[in-house]
Amino acid sequence: MIEIQNVRKSFGSLEVLKGIDLTVHKGEVVTIIGGSGSGKSTLLTCINGLEPIASGRIVVDGIDVHGKGTNLDALRSKIGIVFQQWNAFPHYTGLENVMLAPRKVLGLTRQAAEEIALKHLTAVGLADKLTVYPTRLSGGQQQRMAIARALAMSPEYMLFDEVTSALDPMLVGEVLDTLRMLASQGMTMICVTHEMKFAREVSDRVAFFHRGVMAEIAPPDALFGAPREPETRAFLAATH
Amino acid sequence: MPTTALTLADLAFLAQGAGLTLAITAVAVACGTVLGILCGILRVQFGPFWTAPLTFLLDVFRSVPLLIRLVLANAAQSIAKLGWGPFTTSCIVLSLYTAAYCTEIVRGAIVAVPQPLRRASRSLGLSWRQDMTFVVAPLATRVALPSWIGLTLGVMKDSALVLWLGLIELLRASQILVTRLQEPLLILMICGGIYFLLSFPIARLGGLLEKRWSPR
Ligand SMILES: Nc1ncnc2c1ncn2[C@@H]1O[C@H](COP(=O)(O)OP(=O)(O)OP(=O)(O)O)[C@@H](O)[C@H]1O
Ligand SMILES: [Mg+2]
Repeated sequence: MIEIQNVRKSFGSLEVLKGIDLTVHKGEVVTIIGGSGSGKSTLLTCINGLEPIASGRIVVDGIDVHGKGTNLDALRSKIGIVFQQWNAFPHYTGLENVMLAPRKVLGLTRQAAEEIALKHLTAVGLADKLTVYPTRLSGGQQQRMAIARALAMSPEYMLFDEVTSALDPMLVGEVLDTLRMLASQGMTMICVTHEMKFAREVSDRVAFFHRGVMAEIAPPDALFGAPREPETRAFLAATH
Repeated sequence: MPTTALTLADLAFLAQGAGLTLAITAVAVACGTVLGILCGILRVQFGPFWTAPLTFLLDVFRSVPLLIRLVLANAAQSIAKLGWGPFTTSCIVLSLYTAAYCTEIVRGAIVAVPQPLRRASRSLGLSWRQDMTFVVAPLATRVALPSWIGLTLGVMKDSALVLWLGLIELLRASQILVTRLQEPLLILMICGGIYFLLSFPIARLGGLLEKRWSPR
């Protein structure tokens, strides 16, 4: 369970998160939509402790992420995150990219790590790209590789930050299919996305962010069908 | 009466000088690189404010001509009665000289590793040390290599200045032979040839590694 309690965060004088409250239960898929600069990405990076917060608490499975003495490296190995920009390690092949963290963080043997990497690369349709370096992969392939890399740590939570928005329209589908597959397997996920159709289809709840505030959160039918807040209505009208 | 013919003994004398050049260069580049990597990481990790004294020191080391530093260091060690020989003094001064340049190379190379890549590796649970070892080091090395090769070759040539402390390295050895044999062109050509032979493998090694590491 991820519990976000009254989280505030500023960059200099700019308050980016203005008291966010959100609880995500095991097996739940929550998508976050909202305008550019509303704080969606910032929230995700706070959840796995890549960014500090000013006040409030984020608790993952009972562990205070920003608490003193929290072992962030251990915590991060169970929260996978995939960013908008595919971040393949250019000096490793597809297989090596996925094997690195299982070997070094989980301490698996080369053979065990390879087995896991192979399994996840196959699941995202990259079984034929094992020995290929990332520069030879398309954007969609690199993004799927990044997803496999995160999944190879057997995370209990996955955070996705607009994983399709840097992709060609042609390649969006293949990556969304991967996310759908994960959702159907019961993975707990928080997805920031601009793909409204996707959000509607996979989410248990959809959250709308507006200027650092979570203006509305509801099941997809309610949020898309009958938005309560005027900002939500304006945003949905603009994106359709 | 002095003989004017170049003997085998003279060539051996030159080779001995070359050996000294190589030894001083090897020590200076090895120590300077280790020190440079340490200082470069410190500079990136602690930011310009906290490392300002270090930066100032390195700037001094880069701006004062090497010859002046050699002579000053030699004078200083004898005043302080440290009892360093000219070889030790030369190695220390050249190491610091190498370290000063190497720090900048390392700093630039670390900063050149894209921040999002480092975030990605940390988000997988890699510790700072693992991130530095498995992601930053390989990528930064590729960036730093050409400048580092250039620095190494530069140090090899600049090491000739240690002749001012009385060391008979390659250049000084050639000078001595020129004075005795009165054959400046021939001897300087041989001397240049030896410098080339010393530098060539290093330059080639750099080229090879670069080729091997270029995006596949
Ligand atoms: N490292 C940073 N330093 C300073 N300001 C930042 C930093 N990261 C984000 N911001 C600012 O914080 C605000 C929220 O950024 P964030 O990336 O969370 O928005 P977002 O909702 O993800 O937007 P988008 O949909 O464009 O990705 C923006 O105004 C951004 O300029
Ligand atoms: Mg964003």
